[in-house]
Amino acid sequence: MPLFLLGLFIIFVGGLGSLISSRKAVLASFIGAMGTVVGSIIAIIPTFQVLLHGKTETLRLNWSIPSGSFFIQIDAISAFFLIPILALSAIVSIYGSEYLLAYRQQKNLGVPWFFYNLLLIGMSLVVVARNGVLFLIAWEIMSLSSFFLVTFEYEKPAVRQAGLIYLIAMHIGTAFLIVFFILLGHHAGSLDFDKISGVPSSLANILFLLAIVGFGTKAGFMPLHVWLPYAHPAAPSHVSAVMSCVMIKTGIYGLVRALTILGMPPAWWCWLLILIGATAGILGVLFALAQHDLKRLLAYHSVENIGIITIGLGVGLLGINMNSPVLAVLGFTGGLFHVINHAAFKGLLFLGAGAVLHSCKTGHIDSLGGIIKRMQWTAFTFLIGSIAICGLPPLNGFVSEFLIYLGVYKNNIGGGFEAMIFVLIVIGSLSLIGGLALACFAKAFCITFLGLPRSECAQHAHEVGFGMKFSMVTLAFLCVLLGIFSPLVIKSAENVILEISPFQLQDIQGELEAASTILWNIVLVSLILFVMIIGFSVLRKMLLRDRIIKETVTWDCGYAKPDSRMQYTATSFAQPLTNLFKLFLPTREDVSLSKGIFPSKSAFHSDTSDIGEKYIYKPVYRLINLFVSKLRWLQHGRLQIYVLYIALTLLILLIWKLM
Amino acid sequence: MLILKLLNMIIALAAAPFLLGIINRTKAKFAGRTGQPLLQLYYDIWKLLRKGAVYSKTTSWIFRTGPVIGLSVVLIGSMIIPFGGLPTIISFNGDLILFAYLLGLSRFFTVLMAMDTGSSFEGMGASREVTFSALSEPALLIGLAAVAKYTGYISLSQMFSSLNLSIWLNTGPVFVLVGFAILIVFLTENSRIPIDDPNTHLELTMIHEVMILDHSGPDLGMILYSSAVKMWLLGSILIGIIMPIHSGNLLLDVPVTILFMILLAVIVGIIESSMARLKLLHVPQLLVGATILSILALVLILR
Amino acid sequence: MNNIADTIMIFLVLTNFTLLGLSRLGTCIRVVAIQGTVLGLLPLLFNINNIELHLIFFSIAIISLKGFVFPWLLRRTLRDLNTNREIEPFVGYGTSIALGIVILMICLWLSSRLLLPVATESNLIVPVAFFTIMSGLFLIVSRKKAVTQVLGYLVMENGIYTFGVALVEKQPVFVELGILLDVFVAVFVMGITMFHINREFDHIDTDQLSKLKV
Repeated sequence: MPLFLLGLFIIFVGGLGSLISSRKAVLASFIGAMGTVVGSIIAIIPTFQVLLHGKTETLRLNWSIPSGSFFIQIDAISAFFLIPILALSAIVSIYGSEYLLAYRQQKNLGVPWFFYNLLLIGMSLVVVARNGVLFLIAWEIMSLSSFFLVTFEYEKPAVRQAGLIYLIAMHIGTAFLIVFFILLGHHAGSLDFDKISGVPSSLANILFLLAIVGFGTKAGFMPLHVWLPYAHPAAPSHVSAVMSCVMIKTGIYGLVRALTILGMPPAWWCWLLILIGATAGILGVLFALAQHDLKRLLAYHSVENIGIITIGLGVGLLGINMNSPVLAVLGFTGGLFHVINHAAFKGLLFLGAGAVLHSCKTGHIDSLGGIIKRMQWTAFTFLIGSIAICGLPPLNGFVSEFLIYLGVYKNNIGGGFEAMIFVLIVIGSLSLIGGLALACFAKAFCITFLGLPRSECAQHAHEVGFGMKFSMVTLAFLCVLLGIFSPLVIKSAENVILEISPFQLQDIQGELEAASTILWNIVLVSLILFVMIIGFSVLRKMLLRDRIIKETVTWDCGYAKPDSRMQYTATSFAQPLTNLFKLFLPTREDVSLSKGIFPSKSAFHSDTSDIGEKYIYKPVYRLINLFVSKLRWLQHGRLQIYVLYIALTLLILLIWKLM
Repeated sequence: MLILKLLNMIIALAAAPFLLGIINRTKAKFAGRTGQPLLQLYYDIWKLLRKGAVYSKTTSWIFRTGPVIGLSVVLIGSMIIPFGGLPTIISFNGDLILFAYLLGLSRFFTVLMAMDTGSSFEGMGASREVTFSALSEPALLIGLAAVAKYTGYISLSQMFSSLNLSIWLNTGPVFVLVGFAILIVFLTENSRIPIDDPNTHLELTMIHEVMILDHSGPDLGMILYSSAVKMWLLGSILIGIIMPIHSGNLLLDVPVTILFMILLAVIVGIIESSMARLKLLHVPQLLVGATILSILALVLILR
Repeated sequence: MNNIADTIMIFLVLTNFTLLGLSRLGTCIRVVAIQGTVLGLLPLLFNINNIELHLIFFSIAIISLKGFVFPWLLRRTLRDLNTNREIEPFVGYGTSIALGIVILMICLWLSSRLLLPVATESNLIVPVAFFTIMSGLFLIVSRKKAVTQVLGYLVMENGIYTFGVALVEKQPVFVELGILLDVFVAVFVMGITMFHINREFDHIDTDQLSKLKV
């Protein structure tokens, strides 16, 4: 525990040092990033010890805040979430130190580094806090520091709007969490987590719903996800990576923690989680398909992956409910392993998108193209990330989805229509998500990196520097390693599942052992695949060695002058699918066709809006606005009147209390 | 034992192109032609492997790696999918999921190498391919889940060997439903009529053929061979489910299964001769229909 | 596993899905006719061991009405109306099928919660009957042409009928006859209405009826 706090302290010092030395951009970046890297390495050591040995570390100090105490504890669940938080933030900070330097002329770089380090501290505190008040304070630190990072380029109106949406969404979520903790504290008489037990089922149901909304806003459940597609593209790329990969996972962490507190789950919790997961997964990837902006697309994919994680948790919870260790272990392992995997591949993809943005100055997919030739490292690592996120073997994304599938195929929860609907929803949604994700990333990768450049800036793309390349390559390696060593990695989940579920340790170990035996087979297949690919590549080289190899233009049907603008665009690539699901994808199309004998310029523009935003938030806000505007007569803009309001309120409250 | 396992792989790898020969021969007979030789695809592949290659200037290493990955995937598939009761080299719980996703990997690279050329024809094909495969995936996995739930096994070898004729007679509707669902998936994945027309001569109307338009020489050979093997493997799954005759005697089972494979090829040929390709807008409906069949099979089993 | 009952139920589900995805009105009528004919055989097939005379009469009545009279009436109306296609329904065909899957799931879930006093031939009957009623309602809600709406009524009635056959084992005739009468009147009235709508407005799009409001 002292080592962990020392790590956090170093991270804080790094941030502060960066703020002080902000005159010199390079130095500020260096200090900020170094603080994160060193601090994370120090803090991650005790975390690994906890996860591997299964013992918990506790620190409890008294605090003068009412019902608050500085009670922190690293147990297996905390450790499982802390490792990706610390590791990813450290890797990404190296990228950030180079990425942010592009802004050295316009911006003070000390500020983003200070908030970046603060965000990291906030996230770490959230997962170790064991007191309601402390938890909420850490939660606020995390939300506010990330808000300042999102609004880094505050001079752009779109960024300011994104920041505002983000801030409001976060605080709506927090409001639910405050109610959650008040109710919990009211029941237990204390806000320390270890004092809470035996929550009656009626209260537990309410608390569960509050947790779903409160933590779900952070995690991005449909339809609480609206802030993601705004905040992720607005933030600097390394920050979007951290936000998407680990910060939204604190929502999942909160949910898992709440489940350990709330006791035995009734069946409808599991169904709710599975349904939330399935809708978030399918709709997330559908919205992603309709996007033209690379980072916005990735933001929607975060919603999709949160969906997969939630399906995993739901399946695991159903396993507890049905007293089936197989289902519980495979579901939870799949969901939790996907937390780590998503951190690795989504981080990689956001960094790749950032590199494209950095080099081409645009993230609009339809004006990119052909940059694989100029940005080989970025393209290769982005390809690895794409394969992983589509859940294709042999990389890590496949393994976590495979575990969930395995649980559902293998379970023995008996027959009946309910079991059938369960099997159908999980398998159907996972396979549909898989197919659609493949379509989406085929689109994202092909239109961005392959073909011919569609614009001037894509023509002059250049590879990014060492720092950025280093982070991307490290994460790509992580994706491969997590895939190959998955049989070992999943065993680290045993203590986590022990904390969540009522099963015995040897049951859990037995199930994990069985799963890991199966995974070794997949690893074997992966290795054979690698060997074959290398072998056939060599064979192909040998076949072509002494033969005539010509280079020419792409087959153009005899048309005389094909140019880059005739290529298939992202919009047209996704059109069959977006058209098929047009019920969920309200698309506005502006078409101006040329008329007459001599065709002049014509234009096509399409824009897909979010159904959550269009059909839920906008009408609700309109209603609120209608109501609130009735109160406008209270507003006068004079300071004296406002002070009068305050004084009157105070007086009335006093009279009411003392009556 | 090892020899039998290798035999399982070798049959798939050796006989796969033959299946296409039969389909073409059936179609020729229906059209009143003599048709190309049964072994035409072997000659084609052999010819292509000995040729040089032409590449588009637009393409990158993706274009050259794609065929290799496709070939590796089907080779691994031939180690996983059992044929006629023969043991397989790789068999474990959940291998059917791995196989479905391996096909996804090869599809991903096929799409990538098509898009690498920057041609709109190939983009069009790629776009259709991802659309249709996204819809056929649930049909395949739910259909296999139905069979898996029924037999209680989740590895293909155990699953197929536990099916037998008496089960088939008792629960006929289930297997008819799954059989039709997987037949549609089979036709989709192998780009046959009524989803895709492999013999069309207009780039605009193709799906799979247009994606490999710019490939030549050994690369094209590898692609043709991989699609043939892929067809054989999916055919083996289909036959494994709808033809549960296991005498336990391999000398009998293997030839019978081969016979059924030939029958399947003839049926595909008949379908192609008697049907026109569906309107592209109607293909999704067919695929969702396949999913419904799979779902109904699952309903019948788990109730 | 009761193969015959199951097969018919599966067939019923498949015909419902076909109706959800079809645009040609003529084919739709044919599908409904086939559905009605198969359902007419249901009471015979369920009591295959003791077929009595009244069952046979009952079956013949049902088959002739559902399989021949109604379709004939509808086809005649269709011929008079010079239309054979449902153009631009409120909910597209692909979406209809997808929503059909969701409805099927809900019906299965509902039936698992619904405890019936009598045992049915196959536990698929209740959910499938539910599903048939629901898809009939869905057709009425989502399509514009009056002919399809009549078809929706017929499908709905088929669902109710399936319920009746499954539940009222001994005397389904009275229940059934009452329903049949209702539907007969409905088809009759709709036929007349359609004829008049067509004469007044030159088409049978029911959504245009809202113009009458003004």
